Amino acid sequence: MMEKMIFGRYIPADSIAHRMDPRAKLIFVFAFIAIIFIADDVWGYLIAAVFTYASIKLSGLSLRFLISGLKPVMILIAFTFLLQLFFAREGNIVLELGFIKIYEEGIRQAFFISMRFTLLVFMTSLLTLTTTPISITDGLESLLNPLKKIKFPAHELALMMSIALRFIPTLMDETDKIMKAQMARGSDMSSGPLKDRVKAIVPLMIPLFVNAFKRAEDLATAMEVRGYRGGEGRTKYRLLVWQARDTLALLSLIILAGALTAFRFWI
Amino acid sequence: MDILLEQVEYRYAANSPFEKKAVEEVSFKIPEGQCTAIIGHTGSGKSTLLLHLNALLKPTSGSVKIGDRTVKSGRKEKDLKPIREKVGIVFQFPEQQLFEETVMKDICYGPMNFGVSEKEAKKRAAYWLKEVGMPEDVLEKSPFDLSGGQMRRVAIAGVLAMEPEVLVLDEPTAGLDPRGRREMMEMFYRLHKERGITLVLVTHSMEDAARYADKVVVMHKGRKVHEAPPRELFSDAERLSEWGLGIPEVVKFQRMLEAKSGKTFPKVCLTMDELAEMLKQGGGLS
Ligand SMILES: Nc1ncnc2c1ncn2[C@@H]1O[C@H](COP(=O)(O)OP(=O)(O)O)[C@@H](O)[C@H]1O
Ligand SMILES: [Mg+2]
Repeated sequence: MMEKMIFGRYIPADSIAHRMDPRAKLIFVFAFIAIIFIADDVWGYLIAAVFTYASIKLSGLSLRFLISGLKPVMILIAFTFLLQLFFAREGNIVLELGFIKIYEEGIRQAFFISMRFTLLVFMTSLLTLTTTPISITDGLESLLNPLKKIKFPAHELALMMSIALRFIPTLMDETDKIMKAQMARGSDMSSGPLKDRVKAIVPLMIPLFVNAFKRAEDLATAMEVRGYRGGEGRTKYRLLVWQARDTLALLSLIILAGALTAFRFWI
Repeated sequence: MDILLEQVEYRYAANSPFEKKAVEEVSFKIPEGQCTAIIGHTGSGKSTLLLHLNALLKPTSGSVKIGDRTVKSGRKEKDLKPIREKVGIVFQFPEQQLFEETVMKDICYGPMNFGVSEKEAKKRAAYWLKEVGMPEDVLEKSPFDLSGGQMRRVAIAGVLAMEPEVLVLDEPTAGLDPRGRREMMEMFYRLHKERGITLVLVTHSMEDAARYADKVVVMHKGRKVHEAPPRELFSDAERLSEWGLGIPEVVKFQRMLEAKSGKTFPKVCLTMDELAEMLKQGGGLS
């Protein structure tokens, strides 16, 4: 299941979304997250959905690929949908089956919340799917740069983030490997009483931590011997170039925000 | 207990955009009591194949028959513990699997998971620690205070203490010094000869394959491309180099000697001893 997840992965390709400036993409996604909360009726969500669909098209990825890759998240969304459906208690009763009562407001809430959740997951996935972790970090550092004046450790934060991102796949592989090694020694993590299953986690976690600390130490040493001294006076190999399409992307967001506001308050 | 692989195919992340075929159409037999070596370039699917030998992976198509159990694609398997008890795997860099406070506890972990009593497990721990060439006073130490080579030995003792019928070794000597390498391989070979343990050895050392194996299976790009006794395999250097593999130094030396002297020996010698013996008998090389 884990190896199929595309959440947080990068898919190399050549599309408009791939070529965008990471700074623009970061602003785009964060602004989208804020803007989506303006929508509060069917029309608003419809517009947001069309907007998201257009963004997906511009990233060169297929909708089907996204849906199949985000299946575990979709299950979570479906679960939220059902929770809302059964537990919201406002408005008229639409359906009554024994002790289950479904209210008008429940349907509304369930639909809107899961819709909002889905669009957010799609958009944030688009960011990571079309941007290498290193570009995301570069973009973030550049956006946070003005904060350096008030002693905000922008470079250090970006470095920590890029190291963390770099080691996530390594850690996943390692978890898989150690799990198999302990299973070969008769550990059983998938059956038996809960107490035993919890116990079976210890032989997995300890080697994982030991290795992670060892690796962190090696990395620190390797950086030190190569004369790493923080962000002071450091130049970049990859330069970020803001282009017309980046401005256009942000403009489209303003239009979206305008449209959603219009639908909410006047139409 | 024989292990029989039939048309085994394994795809990582099957049916997803990241699907990766690691092994395909692999069939061979691992006969009881023999030493089978698996060689091949890095990424040729050796480790993936090994994981099928005790049902840690289920083939995405084909089947693996382990003793009287058959693990097949598309069938839910229950209670795999008896398989794992009989087939012990020493993974590449097994020192990464150590986790207990003391060496003793760590070695006991495997056997006790398979229902061996604590008393018996402790007895086994002491015994197998000695077998892998470690002093007894290490038993009460933390495994994390040992050197890399010593940790490797302790981890191997942890698998041996399960007393499996089939011992699967994935590059067990990678990263050890030459002497440690030799000692380790000699120990496995002794266990194989004395106790009749079936050995499956994945190795990058053509020397080890030549010296210890009854049969060598060659993997290349996920497929089995050859299967032969070492003497037959190493007599054809050209084919081996097609798969990115070489021949043992002894064989290279013999070939060079033959080229320079214009004589041909009746057989390919797999070890230094064999070659020395041949030279002594054949004599007359001038
Ligand atoms: N957990 C995994 N997920 C995806 N692909 C893998 C995984 N493990 C191995 N592979 C791929 O399968 C192929 C065979 O790998 P492996 O069995 O480790 O080969 P070997 O042991 O011969 O070096 C390689 O191409 C490798 O990249
Ligand atoms: Mg391997």
